[in-house]
Amino acid sequence: MILLQHVGKRTLFLIEEMGAMFVFLLRTFGWLFRPPVRIAQIIKQMHVVGFKSSFVVILTALFTGMVLALQGYYSLRKFGSEGLLGSAVAISMIRELGPVLASLMVTARAGSAMTAEIGIMRITEQIDALETMAINSLQYLVTPKVVASLISVPLLVAMFDVVGIWGGYLVGVKLLGVSGSSYWSSIESAVEWKDVYGGILKSISFGLIVSWICCYKGYYTRMSSEGLGKATTESVVLAAVLILVWDYFLTSVLM
Amino acid sequence: MSTSLPIIVKLVEVEKAFGEQSVLKGVTLDIPKGKITTIIGPSGEGKSVMLKHIIGLIRPDRGKIIVDGIDLTRINDRELNDIRKKFAMLFQSAALFDSMNVFDNVAFPLREKRRAAEQEISRLVQEMLDRVELGDMGHKFPAELSGGMKKRAGLARALVMRPEIILFDEPTTGLDPLMAHAIHKLILAMQKTFGFTGIMVSHQIPEIFPISDWVAMLRNGKIIAMSPSDEFQQTADPVVREFISVNNGIHLAPV
Repeated sequence: MILLQHVGKRTLFLIEEMGAMFVFLLRTFGWLFRPPVRIAQIIKQMHVVGFKSSFVVILTALFTGMVLALQGYYSLRKFGSEGLLGSAVAISMIRELGPVLASLMVTARAGSAMTAEIGIMRITEQIDALETMAINSLQYLVTPKVVASLISVPLLVAMFDVVGIWGGYLVGVKLLGVSGSSYWSSIESAVEWKDVYGGILKSISFGLIVSWICCYKGYYTRMSSEGLGKATTESVVLAAVLILVWDYFLTSVLM
Repeated sequence: MSTSLPIIVKLVEVEKAFGEQSVLKGVTLDIPKGKITTIIGPSGEGKSVMLKHIIGLIRPDRGKIIVDGIDLTRINDRELNDIRKKFAMLFQSAALFDSMNVFDNVAFPLREKRRAAEQEISRLVQEMLDRVELGDMGHKFPAELSGGMKKRAGLARALVMRPEIILFDEPTTGLDPLMAHAIHKLILAMQKTFGFTGIMVSHQIPEIFPISDWVAMLRNGKIIAMSPSDEFQQTADPVVREFISVNNGIHLAPV
């Protein structure tokens, strides 16, 4: 009986939390299109989400591309088709690894910072202070982060793809001796517009997931420093899991 | 508890529970216009919760909160925002925005809510900083300020929009007695200058008696006494007497 109670309580809590998250998202969207548009805030957030994440994204992209080329080369060599290495690297990058890995890095780098920033403002009553000045805290704090993520994440993903493909070129062509022209021409013939478009679609939705989850967790931080630590951990874990789950669904629809 | 003075804020049978813990159990209170009314009571009795109801940061489970004839429980977010323009609040932690320096903190409500020229804003902010004796501290960030300075900066930010009503949430908590005295004196002086209605929550007894026009006591989720400050100190109510005499550090003989 106690076990049943526990399961029931947990389930109710989860459903309630999901409801609260969707309400938060809808309210944020409601404030997205109301004046004033906070251009300065959006640019500041793009600096944090986009520019400041770019180094770690480039680094991850380079090594992901390099290891893909290494793995791909030894698999393809068995069939004597090393010439297709470029297309193997590019397609996995553009379709999957670019959007997913870049978004995971943004979650770790910028998402956790979003939760911490908003959470501290909650704990120190700065969010209440905004509200008492008749300034909507969702519009002031959350919408600039969402807009900045929607713009920055696709750009970071594009960077990830390009750097990753170059990383593959470095290992495949310069190190393992695949012909450079066949590396590029196999990419040209294999990558379709549909792949690129799917990657962009994914990266936009991942940008929304990161900013939504991380802002939500910060906004509803429990009033303690322990609560803040918990909120930050939860936001990173939840955002990462949701990115992977949503990736599967989106891929199955796009295929 | 009825007064012949004009009433600006009226609480009628306000009830609020958090989870299963009932905090306010039918608070009824009239706040006279243009006066300082202080609500005293033991810690954890919901004084701050009550204050946050008055500005709509917390919505009651039952009861009415009437500000200038408008019931806050029956209006939407936009109408609530309009009502909030009458208010300012000085928070327990001062709730200064830690990403901005003192000057920008005080200028913030002006920049957000009034489309004045930057020169005019600058003049108003400097004037207000001078009044709270922070004239040369504008460039400092909240983290660099002492507790008393934070409260002063918070007071300047609250006053700069010339609100009709200012809520003070334990304005001297965490300050040494001299600093607490200075803040109380400053609040009184500002009230004489600007004529706002002050609603203060505090347990600084007897410090608050000379600066308050009216004193009320919250106990077990209800207002159990309210009278003009001088009468309040002479009350025959044993519960109130016990509370104020313990805080006075003297034992008053039973009447």
